[in-house]
Amino acid sequence: MATDTDIPMLEMRGITKRFPGVLANDAVDLTVRSGEVHTLLGENGAGKSTLMKILFGLYQPDEGEIRLNGEAIEVESPSFAISHGIGMIHQHFMLVPTLTVAENVALGTRSTRWPLTDLPVVSRRVEEISEKFGLAIDPSIEVWKLAVGERQRVEIIKALYRDARLLVLDEPTAVLTPQEVEEFFGILNEMRSSGHGLIFISHKLREVVAISDEITVLRNGRVTGHTTPAESDRQQLATMMVGREVSLAPDRPEIEPGDSRLVIRNLVVESDRGTTAVDGLDLDVRAGEIVGIAGVSGNGQRELAEVIAGLRDARAGSSVQVNGVEVVGQGARLSRDAGLAYVPEERMRDGAIGDFTVSENLVLVDHGSEEFSRRGLLRFGMIRSHSQELVDRFNVKTPGLDTTTSSLSGGNIQKLILARELASGPTVLLAAQPTRGVDIGAAEYIHAQIIEQRGAGAAALVVSEDLDELLAIADRIAVMFEGRIIGIVEIEDATRETLGLMMAGIHEGSPA
Amino acid sequence: MHRLVSAVIPMLAALAAFACAAIILLALGANPFEGFRAMYTGAFGSVDRLSATAVRAVPLVLVGAGISISFRASVINIGGEGQIIAGALLSTVTALALPGLPPIILIPLVLFAGLVGGGIWGAVPGVLKAYASVNEILSTIMLNIVAVQFMNYMLRSPLIDPLEIERGTRIPQTERLSDNAALPTLISGTRFNLGVPVAVAAAVGAYFLLWRTPLGFRLRAVGHSPDAARAAGIPVERSVVSALALSGSLAGLAGAILVFGSEGQRMITDGSSAGFTGSAGFNGIVAALFGGLHPLWTIPSAYLFGGLITGANHLQRVLQVPAALAVTLNGIVVIFVVSSSKVRDRIGAILKARREFDHPANESTSSPPAEEVAAT
Repeated sequence: MATDTDIPMLEMRGITKRFPGVLANDAVDLTVRSGEVHTLLGENGAGKSTLMKILFGLYQPDEGEIRLNGEAIEVESPSFAISHGIGMIHQHFMLVPTLTVAENVALGTRSTRWPLTDLPVVSRRVEEISEKFGLAIDPSIEVWKLAVGERQRVEIIKALYRDARLLVLDEPTAVLTPQEVEEFFGILNEMRSSGHGLIFISHKLREVVAISDEITVLRNGRVTGHTTPAESDRQQLATMMVGREVSLAPDRPEIEPGDSRLVIRNLVVESDRGTTAVDGLDLDVRAGEIVGIAGVSGNGQRELAEVIAGLRDARAGSSVQVNGVEVVGQGARLSRDAGLAYVPEERMRDGAIGDFTVSENLVLVDHGSEEFSRRGLLRFGMIRSHSQELVDRFNVKTPGLDTTTSSLSGGNIQKLILARELASGPTVLLAAQPTRGVDIGAAEYIHAQIIEQRGAGAAALVVSEDLDELLAIADRIAVMFEGRIIGIVEIEDATRETLGLMMAGIHEGSPA
Repeated sequence: MHRLVSAVIPMLAALAAFACAAIILLALGANPFEGFRAMYTGAFGSVDRLSATAVRAVPLVLVGAGISISFRASVINIGGEGQIIAGALLSTVTALALPGLPPIILIPLVLFAGLVGGGIWGAVPGVLKAYASVNEILSTIMLNIVAVQFMNYMLRSPLIDPLEIERGTRIPQTERLSDNAALPTLISGTRFNLGVPVAVAAAVGAYFLLWRTPLGFRLRAVGHSPDAARAAGIPVERSVVSALALSGSLAGLAGAILVFGSEGQRMITDGSSAGFTGSAGFNGIVAALFGGLHPLWTIPSAYLFGGLITGANHLQRVLQVPAALAVTLNGIVVIFVVSSSKVRDRIGAILKARREFDHPANESTSSPPAEEVAAT
């Protein structure tokens, strides 16, 4: 496996890709050597995906050339890319849950014993690969029995089975716990030392710094920086990515918390499948504090939020009080009337109506109030001026108030929802994954707004799978595991390590 | 581009429908051009014919406007037929019970009774859908059948004209209803009656309701995204019931106008399912689709379909072609127009997909982050 390190594994030179009205890639250069983890860092819309789609043959570049091991190639299709040793691990797994690992790997490859199947051969090779890279995957197990982190490793096996030498990993850590991320990095190290080239796409700066050999930063389709973790720290990387100074640690003035505004007692909630999602949960959130709910996705956080928002019923004997009003099973209107503002996790499903205008979405909750309707008619003048004020105040970038909401970017839609929810000065704020998929710049703004509400005396409950987010804004972090709060940590005592262990169900005095 | 497509496709559909009609006329040994001229004259040839067409269009406008309301709330109301009948029956009973009231009170009262009757008949599938997850397409169609049989019973037995029993003819019809409830003729010598402006006003009202009132706002929100509406505190179940009740009440109003704008001034059927309504409950859906599910566009759309009916009747008389041709023509146009809206949607979807492919979401359309927070 002698690789000539003078000739890079991949050279993309002067790649330019135009879409009508947009320059998605503008003379982008990217060089990846074998045995190297090369991070592609950039906000949504910076051009990372376009560049990778070009590499994988999904788009054709307008200008520029691609060289693989020194040889110019034209990647005309994904199958061309695969046959030339380029593999892609997508963010969303492409696996058939009812099939075994070996069967999934064999899908789409030609059997060595065609027209018969060669599953024993596949299984043996899967075992070899699994052993070599420390993946610990049993080829005979059905995929649905595997945890998320294991499924990701199956995706990696699929690529390696097809002899991929260059792997593109599209936000691979988004679905993993901190401990799983550590294991995952171990696998990347194995692949690195066996001479694979790895392109790592992420905007989690901590991980980028931890794993990368080289970092290429993209902004607005252009390369704005090329650096290494040794030369640049997180703050510098964020600046390169956004194009100005960003504060990764927002100012959080000291506030003495007041009375409990949100009181949850003995909450038991069923999931859609009828299993117990929340299993006897107690929690208090006081005025002037931000409580974070951490946990691996699927441990009852979604159900907890939906009960508070009045969108899901709970088992008898459960109690959720918003400002002293019992809201369990009473519908969203009552929760809101009690003083709750709700920023839902699925912003395009629950937060805003894509086909409505910006202005209509801004009054989605309050359209029936006296301010916006009188004698059975909507007051368009009032609605427009209110909307304009919110768009200005919350810095929602939109061509106009009558723009269809679905045409805005994710970050702007989230700002729109936040504007609507915070406009009335809520006393209890419930925000689920408030910055998921949102640019750093917009995320910074959203954090500042939540902290401002805390300053105004609101009780805020923020559910997030992003530990950095909670560590930056919360006063206390409660970790949910299997429907319970396994522990609550004051921010001064919170470390990624302790929280990560709790997310995996391990807590002092409570063996997993 | 898309707008042009939406305008051209229905025109092409209409042309194609007429081409088919021409072939049928040829097969019947009639000259298609004479046939179309006869249809035109019959529908739009004189003030009298224009008025007849307007009267024909009234139930289509009302049902169509109602359909627009329910479809905007993502509720599919196929129950126009039953709702027309329910409204007609309640208004008929009202006129039978209070025949002596002066017109100025009785006319609004019977029209209101039509609204209420249709509204109740629409609310039933609404409640079933909202609280018991019963598919409204099935329940509204079933309730059509129930309404027809209930009407047949009522007109054959409790409400039958005593004269019919006396004579032994037993035609299922009521006695001549109070003249105080008759809708006044507005253009003398024609059939143009009060029902026409009432229907237009109701369609304008439906437009207002949808786009100018909090109720309409909620209906549209629920129609676009029940999840987001619910999370915003909008009562989704109640909105579904409202949508079907409102839709039904407009159909019920059509029923009342059919009775009190009729020449015989009575409710009459022939025992068949379309005997009283003339299929207005179904044709109104087509008129609404042709009008892009917009209450105001439903008005001209319904007028064209009304013209198709009066024109085909005239054609039958002038060229001595079989009566079934009128129904056939109507059916052909309906098939072409309905499938054209499908074609239009398909083309629209293709255009949209192409745009999205050229501007992948997030990747190229979001504004540069630096600007995004510049003012904070």
